[in-house]
Amino acid sequence: MSAVEPEEHGLIRPIAAALASALGIGLIVAIFALPRPVVGLAALVAAHLEESGVRHPVTAVLLNYRGYDTLLEIAVLLLAVLGVSAFRPAGPVATYRPRPDSGPVLAALIRLIIPLIVLTAGYLLWAGAHRPGGAFQAAAVLAGGGVLLRLTGLIPSFRSPPLWLRMALFLGFDVFLIVAALPLGEGSRLLEYRAARAGIAILVVESALTLSIAAILVTLFVGAAPSRIRNKRSTESARLPQNDRAGQP
Amino acid sequence: MIGGGLIYAIAGAILFSLGLYGLVVHPHLMRKLIAFNITGSGVFLVLVGLPQRMAGTPPDRVSEALVLTGIVVAVSATAFGLALVRRFYDLTGKTRLPNDPRPEP
Amino acid sequence: MPGETVDILLAAILIWIAWRTEITADLFKAVVLLIIFGLLMTLAWVRLNAPDIALAETAIGTGLTGALLLDAVAHITGKRRRRLGRSDRS
Repeated sequence: MSAVEPEEHGLIRPIAAALASALGIGLIVAIFALPRPVVGLAALVAAHLEESGVRHPVTAVLLNYRGYDTLLEIAVLLLAVLGVSAFRPAGPVATYRPRPDSGPVLAALIRLIIPLIVLTAGYLLWAGAHRPGGAFQAAAVLAGGGVLLRLTGLIPSFRSPPLWLRMALFLGFDVFLIVAALPLGEGSRLLEYRAARAGIAILVVESALTLSIAAILVTLFVGAAPSRIRNKRSTESARLPQNDRAGQP
Repeated sequence: MIGGGLIYAIAGAILFSLGLYGLVVHPHLMRKLIAFNITGSGVFLVLVGLPQRMAGTPPDRVSEALVLTGIVVAVSATAFGLALVRRFYDLTGKTRLPNDPRPEP
Repeated sequence: MPGETVDILLAAILIWIAWRTEITADLFKAVVLLIIFGLLMTLAWVRLNAPDIALAETAIGTGLTGALLLDAVAHITGKRRRRLGRSDRS
């Protein structure tokens, strides 16, 4: 059964398998042993849905009831982008050039699909108020379009994000924080929107979040790739000295 | 009455332990990341399946929102981990941690 | 009961695909199996009455994670081939 590489220490695998199986069985037993009455927050969510500003319960939970979680989640995304941007190698950056393996089919597909992607993202963002959709789904579709553009070279690789991209990265968090902090000026607590303003607040926050999360996801994809050096001379100079020592088999 | 969520909750528990096994056993760093993703998916299944384990209960919107947050955080953690792995590979040429006793293939 | 049959079948396939992902020796194959796993998770989310999660899982969990992993696999295996074979393939 060892389709994976053989290892010197043969004890890791059976011990890990035994422990993982014990954990799995224990979890299943715990699932069955849970008490019958399910204390559900579903009733509470449904009861206050009119005051939350949107008609879709998941969006209401994400951006109103548990808005704090979403705010911190955006902060975590920003931390990940900062971390990924910190790992760029110090070599030269590839110039703006379409990658040679993007065939004509992909180029034609890009022309058709990118407007559809923008349209779908806009619809998902607007539809999140009363049916499944919302900021994350719209941002994910936009990020997919961004990845497509990156694969055909229409988005160049960068060593560190340009200024406008950095502003787009932080826009969502800033807007969310400002909108969340507005009730503080009226004497309420953070993120306590008034019922009349909740719909507008959620719409503004969701729009900024869509742009920002899409920018973050695309930067995560682009930023994880080091610069593709095209000509051989710069390849030799860009390689670190440890690479040559460690790379010899 | 058994609801549909119970089956997925059990599957989530099994996926969690499978992913944990892969995380421990595989020496290759990227395989660890893949196993981490499987673990995360198992956790999400448990989170959403558990409130529906009785037939007739409505789906729990709070846990759905939590899982939505979790998916986004998982992809950012995967991206960060991949950046680490790529940088480590660029600097040392290896895809295993330095104190791993198992030899490179 | 057709609903529960679909659930059991889908859960079994999910576990089997995850098992194959762990066992396979090829890194590229493992990544492709993880993408398939993500697509099946989308079906599971639909069965669990969570369409929001299904949308997000398809785009983020499968699409973006798959793209990131494939890029990393190409980077790691491509560079190794380039270094060992001194080929001019970029």
